Amino acid sequence: MAKEESAGPPEVTTKPWNDPKVRSIFFQVVLLILVVLAGMYIFGNTADNLERQGIATGFSFFGTTAGFGIITHLIEYNEASSYGRAFAVGLLNTLLVAFCGIIAATILGVVIGISRLSKNWMVSRMAMVYIETFRNIPLLLQIFFWYFAVLRALPQPKNSVNFLDSIFINSRGIYMPSAIYEDGFSLVLWALGIAVVAVVVMTRWAHKRQDQTGQQFHTIYYSIALLIGLPLLAFTVTGFPLSWEIPALKGFNFAGGTVIIPEFVALWLSLSIYTASFIAEIVRAGIQAVSHGQTEAAHALGIKAGPTLQLVILPQALRVIIPPLSSQFLNLTKNSSLATAIAYPELVSVFTGTVLNQTGQAVEIISVTMAVYLSISLGISAMMNWYNAKMALVER
Amino acid sequence: MKTITSTVMLASLFAVSANTSAATLDEVVGKGHVQCGVSQGLPGFSNFDDKGNWSGVDVDICRAIAAAIFNDSEAVKYTPLSSKERFTALQSGEIDVLSRNTTWTATRDTALGLNFAGVNYYDGQGFMVRKDLGVNSALELDGAAICTQTGTTTELNVADYFRSNDMAYTVVAYEKSDEVVAAYDSGRCDVYTTDQSGLYAQRIKLKDVSAHKVLPEVISKEPLGPVVRQGDDQWFNLVKWSLYCMINAEEMGITSQNIKSKMNGKDPAVKRLLGEEGAFGENLGVSPTWCGNIVAQVGNYGESFARHLSVDPLNISRGVNELWSKGGIQYAPPIR
Ligand SMILES: N[C@@H](CCC(=O)N[C@@H](CS)C(=O)NCC(=O)O)C(=O)O
Repeated sequence: MAKEESAGPPEVTTKPWNDPKVRSIFFQVVLLILVVLAGMYIFGNTADNLERQGIATGFSFFGTTAGFGIITHLIEYNEASSYGRAFAVGLLNTLLVAFCGIIAATILGVVIGISRLSKNWMVSRMAMVYIETFRNIPLLLQIFFWYFAVLRALPQPKNSVNFLDSIFINSRGIYMPSAIYEDGFSLVLWALGIAVVAVVVMTRWAHKRQDQTGQQFHTIYYSIALLIGLPLLAFTVTGFPLSWEIPALKGFNFAGGTVIIPEFVALWLSLSIYTASFIAEIVRAGIQAVSHGQTEAAHALGIKAGPTLQLVILPQALRVIIPPLSSQFLNLTKNSSLATAIAYPELVSVFTGTVLNQTGQAVEIISVTMAVYLSISLGISAMMNWYNAKMALVER
Repeated sequence: MKTITSTVMLASLFAVSANTSAATLDEVVGKGHVQCGVSQGLPGFSNFDDKGNWSGVDVDICRAIAAAIFNDSEAVKYTPLSSKERFTALQSGEIDVLSRNTTWTATRDTALGLNFAGVNYYDGQGFMVRKDLGVNSALELDGAAICTQTGTTTELNVADYFRSNDMAYTVVAYEKSDEVVAAYDSGRCDVYTTDQSGLYAQRIKLKDVSAHKVLPEVISKEPLGPVVRQGDDQWFNLVKWSLYCMINAEEMGITSQNIKSKMNGKDPAVKRLLGEEGAFGENLGVSPTWCGNIVAQVGNYGESFARHLSVDPLNISRGVNELWSKGGIQYAPPIR
């Protein structure tokens, strides 16, 4: 053995500082140390300066009483609540508008992106006009436009637009009956849950059957029947355990029920419409990236236009669409902070606006806010990456 | 966009906080002007005309400081700030002094690293409503929607007031005052609330001024005054005494018109104020004629008030802002 080794070519002994691997590790460690040192310096320096300037520091303010009101909150909140709770209210409002915005923008964007490719000249021109208009007007202007356009058009509470004496629309918002759940309503929810599971199982089965036998099974009708029928049945059996609190005009305003404030509507509309114009272009590009031969091949096999889009084009287009789509979702979420201009109480408005001003702790509050946006963005990215990876597997 | 501003804000806090305790006066003398934080447009207090000239009683404080230092009341640069930006701008050293209808409160004085250099306008929070609402008292406002601005004492006072009177309300808080006015004007709210002075000032921006009225209740104390950073007593003194100079001058009857005739007179108090006796300018780090320069170029407190507030369209009366000797509470320690 030893002989064989010595018989080989003479071993090249590299000095550690000439070894690229060692070198790269060395430089990475140096960089890390520098970054940590710089971080520590900045941190220490800031703490010193704040102390010297007599500015309060630390995070104990999260527990102190906020003392201000917030117009709309998804969780229980009042003036006696803490700044921490005000922070949570703002965060949830951000997530709410981002979530609703992402859904609306995606639906609208896909529809317009596909219309953009329509063979119907009128439809495709209209889609183009939409895209070019909304993509090129600054978002803040669009927010103001929708807000004040909506506000000016709405009547005062006394002259509210009235739908069936239960939904009222005025400049204070859209007032709707709120549901009051009584005993037995949980059964309805259970029924809905069972229906959802049944639909999933049925769809799987239908796919499998189609793969094996080629026979199609129209799950859609059965799904609708299940999803509506089962809960309805439960609802009837339990004796309609649901009542409604109807909003009523009381003094200046409506009281009772739930209200969607105009600030939310304006922000949601403008974010969705604006982002949809970008998504439409992404969808168009994605579809066009799938070579036309694919469509022709599908047609040659006798597959109709609808299923061609759904089964041949979209799955391939999605792989091109998803990465830029994620960044639109991120943009939409971050753009929601423009709401501070129109009084929708999201994170930036409540936390870096009011709370920062009442406590004066800019460094802490801005840091927390940045961390929150970073986490939301990373969360959305992670979700989209997961979906992307799942889509990529379909590649054959 | 917001994230960018926030990052810049944070970065400037980190960066600039390193040298903010350096003598502000030396810095100001070095750069040749006072950097003064004002509002984004509040008629009578700090407002700009179409030529970009700033004017108002808050602006006069900035001009007085410049007159004291440079004998030139025009050596001022203005930084318009929203309510929520103002304290960060001062803390980070972006401005030398904040003179922007800012209420002196315990938190701001003790936890924000700031010092209030006196009170140039005693105010209180009020409510404005549409006349056709038929409301005559703030106590009839149960259930009302109220428009106001974020980052103000107003936001807190209104919560206190409605809570202590057991009334329901919704508060709609905007970042910029122009948006508050626009929203109130387009019917988003029943009530517009801010400092009474602010109500009178903002009212002239409404479409139909005569359709609105200010309710009689004043629900808070809002002493408004110039603010500086904590930890630089020389600068603090200079800002404080620039204001006191104007008040003392009014009390002694010295105006920008008659100041020449008052020079070389016999009254020792006047002599001290005009720098003919004593070392007050030296102690402040400026020229002996500092106060004379202020009065000659900016005028005394009463002149400033009359020029900006007691005129059309504001017509705000002196009220509590009258001198103590005339039944008000404006009172400056003596120059001696
Ligand atoms: N005095 C109060 C409120 C001051 C305030 O910001 N008032 C508003 C409404 S009158 C204002 O001046 N806005 C003008 C602007 O934001 O430029 C405080 O210090 O918090």
